[in-house]
Amino acid sequence: MIARGRRPVERHLPTEEAAALLDLTRELASEELAPRVNAYEAESRFPREVFHTIGRAGLLGLPYDERWGGGGQPYEVYLQVVEELATVWATVAEGVSVHTLACYPLAGFGSDEQRDRWLPDLLGGELLGAYCLSEPQSGSDAAALTTRAVVDGDVYVVDGTKSWITHGGEADFYSLLCRTSDEGSRGIACLLVDATTDGVSAAAPERKMGFTGSTTAQMRFDGARVARDRLLGAEGEGFRIALAALDGGRLGIAACAVGLAQNALDVAVAWAGERRQFGRELREFQGVSFMLADMATGVEAGRALYLDAARRRDRGEAFGKSAAMAKLFCTDMAMKVTTDAVQVLGGYGYVQDFPVERLMREAKALQIVEGTNQVQRMVIGRHLTRP
Amino acid sequence: MNIVVCVKQVPDTWSEKRLDPEDSTLDREATDPVMNEMDEYAVEEALRLQETHGGEVTILCMGPDSATQTVRKALSMGGDRAVHVVDDALHGSDAVATSLVLARAIETIDAVDLVLLGSESSDARMSVVPAMLAERLGRAQLTFAKEVTVDGPTVTIKRLTDDGYQVVEGTTPAVVSVVEKINEPRYPSFKGIMSAKKKPVQTYAVADLGIDPGEVGLSGAWTSVESFELAPPRESGRVVTDDGNGADRLAEKLVEFLASKKFV
Ligand SMILES: Cc1cc2nc3c(=O)[nH]c(=O)nc-3n(C[C@H](O)[C@H](O)[C@H](O)COP(=O)(O)OP(=O)(O)OC[C@H]3O[C@@H](n4cnc5c(N)ncnc54)[C@H](O)[C@@H]3O)c2cc1C
Repeated sequence: MIARGRRPVERHLPTEEAAALLDLTRELASEELAPRVNAYEAESRFPREVFHTIGRAGLLGLPYDERWGGGGQPYEVYLQVVEELATVWATVAEGVSVHTLACYPLAGFGSDEQRDRWLPDLLGGELLGAYCLSEPQSGSDAAALTTRAVVDGDVYVVDGTKSWITHGGEADFYSLLCRTSDEGSRGIACLLVDATTDGVSAAAPERKMGFTGSTTAQMRFDGARVARDRLLGAEGEGFRIALAALDGGRLGIAACAVGLAQNALDVAVAWAGERRQFGRELREFQGVSFMLADMATGVEAGRALYLDAARRRDRGEAFGKSAAMAKLFCTDMAMKVTTDAVQVLGGYGYVQDFPVERLMREAKALQIVEGTNQVQRMVIGRHLTRP
Repeated sequence: MNIVVCVKQVPDTWSEKRLDPEDSTLDREATDPVMNEMDEYAVEEALRLQETHGGEVTILCMGPDSATQTVRKALSMGGDRAVHVVDDALHGSDAVATSLVLARAIETIDAVDLVLLGSESSDARMSVVPAMLAERLGRAQLTFAKEVTVDGPTVTIKRLTDDGYQVVEGTTPAVVSVVEKINEPRYPSFKGIMSAKKKPVQTYAVADLGIDPGEVGLSGAWTSVESFELAPPRESGRVVTDDGNGADRLAEKLVEFLASKKFV
């Protein structure tokens, strides 16, 4: 059909091994993702086996330490892998990002003993993770969460409901933010919960506008008994852990948005070179080519912005503001670029026989997840006006 | 159990192939080189056998310098070491010469219990190298395997045939060629790619294997391509318009058409 023969994005990668990793990613994307994406999204089927394949290839632990089986890659490289996956299938790219986010509390805040015990499995490629912060009544105001963990001997008894959990019901482990005291954001703890724990269950998956191949479900914790040695960091430290995890997670969403937009751009460019009206190809009309030029500029700018934030993180510098900017810019850009791609295809863009209407529906979710774009502006504003 | 897997670099099946008008051999520069697909199944099977039986997996490749890509790929899937026979004299070798070179190279490797290969290469499609190789090595040949089991010195395969399979048994050391039905080859993992760079690759020239360069390559070939012609471009199809009574005359028209083309 269209968008064949897409030229790979030119990338500046820091090492030869990063280049080999990106080659492997493109091979997996074209051989394992591309043949499935349309059918799975149309049928709302979660591609669990694809996560096994890319996990065995090593893509589910890239930015973590090799000591625990991670890939030892900088964010700069890991995020470009996410972007490449998103160019073909955003559900899988977002899944990699969410899994990586879910590993962060243990990798970043667990003790060495905890990391030795669980991290190799989390990063090993066979398991899939989920991150449980949002609740029905607490979304943007995440610190208002009410899921409770009460100590009973050597376990926490957990009760509450988590909303919108990506991989809910499919995941093997859940990084769970819950309340151990009433002191607002200082009363939150982070637990690493095994999916097979009694009292942990998933509701029926949400019926979403997009990302239909990705599973999103409410998770219920109903007297779930979680061993106390599964507390990551200290009680009361949970909210700090949650926010630190989200700083990195937002970069994953930004990279996902850039890949999604790149896909839409590629389709639009190919179409403009094939479709003829008034005796000429669409690309010969300035009204169309200017639109394509703006789309391409947005994609490049988004890529540059998330990579800048990633490089700050890799150098050990503060990157919270940059990550919020990247998430805000890239996801708004993806919304605009996918909307314009529908416009370039005209009526063909509006029907499900062509992929761009789906990309437009997918872009919308990225403006909402991991802090809405209003929340990103709050974060950026706070950084700017901080005394 | 020590296994040698022979792998060949071939032009990508999907890319357009061209013959070099100079010497009627495949113009390898004009195409994207990849590992012969059937050989990926052989590598996978070797790795699976190694997982159960232990031992070493050695990758053996005869091919130009650029075939290091294929050697690397096989090592990144999990092979332990590689032997690469590179020599300009090999250019244009036929199956007879290829089997000679592979046999001599295998003889440089200690204690080989099993040699695995794909049952054909996607460029030449002769399917004769495995048998020739077994003959040269004086080993049991078990070809077209869709399943391989090893129990002590006994190798049993299910040999794919047109209407089913035959169970064939032999003893090690043996040569086994495999078909695609045998398994699903793994992707190399990121770590595999990294570690492949550090794995030992021994290169040999033809003379290192005690072979006279005149025995191989174009000059040593038993067959030669006299001339070649490009396949004519495909003609456009013929559209038969249904003028309203298509249904009753459809079968008739089809038969007429097929008969005119001598298909029936
Ligand atoms: C597909 C999908 C997957 C998700 N996956 C996960 C997951 O894996 N884990 C998880 O924990 N959560 C997940 N979420 C939840 C997501 O993070 C929340 O939906 C998001 O944080 C917003 O919360 P809310 O939906 O309750 O909206 P609300 O917080 O109710 O916000 C509604 C609107 O009000 C705006 N708003 C709220 N407060 C302010 C303010 N102070 N200033 C200005 N505007 C404001 C918001 O920007 C938004 O536009 C997912 C959501 C979706 C849609």
